[in-house]
Amino acid sequence: MYSEKVMEHFRNPRNVGEIEDADGIGEVGNPKCGDIMKMYLKIEDGVIVDVKFKTFGCGSAIASSSMATEMVKGKTIEEAMKVTNKAVAEALDGLPPIKMHCSVLAEQAIKAALLDYAKKNNIEIEGLEDFDPTEDPHEH
Amino acid sequence: MDKLIYMDNSATTPVKKEVLETMLPYFSEKFGNPSSVYSLGSQSKVAVEESREKIAKAIGAKPKEIFFTAGGSEADNWAIKGIAYANKEKGNHIITSKIEHHGILHTCEYLEKQGFKVTYLDVDEYGVVDLEQLKDSINDETILISIMYANNEIGTIQPVEEIGQIAKEKGIYFHTDAVQAVGHIKIDVNKLNIDMLSMAAHKFYGPKGIGALYIRQGVKIDPLISGGGQERNRRAGTENVPGIVGMGKAIELAYKDIEEKNQKLIYLRERLIKGILDNIDHVRLNGHPTNRLPGNVNVCFEFIEGESLLLSLDMEGIAASSGSACTSGTLDPSHVLLAIGLPHEIAHGSLRLSLGDFNTEEEIDYVVEKLVDIVARLRAMSPLYEKVKEGK
Repeated sequence: MYSEKVMEHFRNPRNVGEIEDADGIGEVGNPKCGDIMKMYLKIEDGVIVDVKFKTFGCGSAIASSSMATEMVKGKTIEEAMKVTNKAVAEALDGLPPIKMHCSVLAEQAIKAALLDYAKKNNIEIEGLEDFDPTEDPHEH
Repeated sequence: MDKLIYMDNSATTPVKKEVLETMLPYFSEKFGNPSSVYSLGSQSKVAVEESREKIAKAIGAKPKEIFFTAGGSEADNWAIKGIAYANKEKGNHIITSKIEHHGILHTCEYLEKQGFKVTYLDVDEYGVVDLEQLKDSINDETILISIMYANNEIGTIQPVEEIGQIAKEKGIYFHTDAVQAVGHIKIDVNKLNIDMLSMAAHKFYGPKGIGALYIRQGVKIDPLISGGGQERNRRAGTENVPGIVGMGKAIELAYKDIEEKNQKLIYLRERLIKGILDNIDHVRLNGHPTNRLPGNVNVCFEFIEGESLLLSLDMEGIAASSGSACTSGTLDPSHVLLAIGLPHEIAHGSLRLSLGDFNTEEEIDYVVEKLVDIVARLRAMSPLYEKVKEGK
């Protein structure tokens, strides 16, 4: 069902955990639907210097979170904003169609954490003007 | 462990060696069509009738009350649609339960679109149907009560005898989907007042693609498959002779030493349940604590999701199943777990381990040991568990 890449990230997820003094925290998803992602960002001079995640969900949700953290680590906020759900899914060598919402959740988790950072620091991040972290990816 | 630990016997079972051996001649040597007049054909006919006798004997029925189908789903469809259409002058109301297999539920939903009325009975926290609600639901239009013998997910055994009694007193047909029960529990259709009963061979070490519907003599039912005159004009189609032969052998073996086998299975089941409940916190047993299928264990681990649990078990060579949404291909977790009152988030963390004749005590202990590690690992990743630890 899953690509070897998905299974590899499921077996050995990168960046699992929390960041105590995180600069931005985003939580998306809903326990009712069976998946929640929580993303922690440490940001210095506009660069994501550390990232951690915690996920309640299926194999592809865990693998998508892991891949998303790898894709934003060391990147600028602008670069991280360009990490789309499609990019996450492609980096995992694809996801089954019914699991695409997991990659959407990963993209939203990053954005939700960036939005939290923006609010705390009273700045605006281009592309987050209309972002709603409570939007349900299952509806897409 | 090097070999696969198979704990998904409610999904399907391996064909036993003795069963396979009895089937093999009927593929290439004794391949005749049972409807043919020459001896090659009658050889097949005899084999089919011998198997029918074995199956009838196993459930206390007459051979002519056993009709072969392509499996449990066909038997369920036939019972429901066949009774509905043959008795629609008498009434249009069917009573079933919320925890039936989809073979029943989706058939009932289809009939609702055709104008039939269906009552879906509630179950209690253990998954037992409410007999008072059953009695109250019966009206002049009721033509069929269909309640499963034992639930495929949580293993709960229904009060079949009481339901049969109620149906008999009211003169309503009683069908039971016994796909999970046949070959595992002793059944007597007369003692239990069962009018129709569905079974599938692959759940008791027989082949896939073969099942049967028991239909009590005198029951008014339409055919589901029309065509030739096989199965006494009730189920058309050239008989699956190897499958039928295999099913006969499988049922014979299943009821041989059934008490001893079940004693062993119940011992293993209880050891597994105790191992899980004693070693892992925030876990609950689903289904009836005692009145359940001998090999069924169903638990929910809070704060983790079933599919990641199954993938992790698979990595350790353990095959099991879950009622989580991700494993059902829908967004909702199992309808059975929701019907016993579990909230969605807990139902997503369900695990079914269904034991069979080939499981050992050593395997049980290995599975418990691995589960402890896997649950801990997944919880360490779960934002829900973090909140519990912090007491939020």
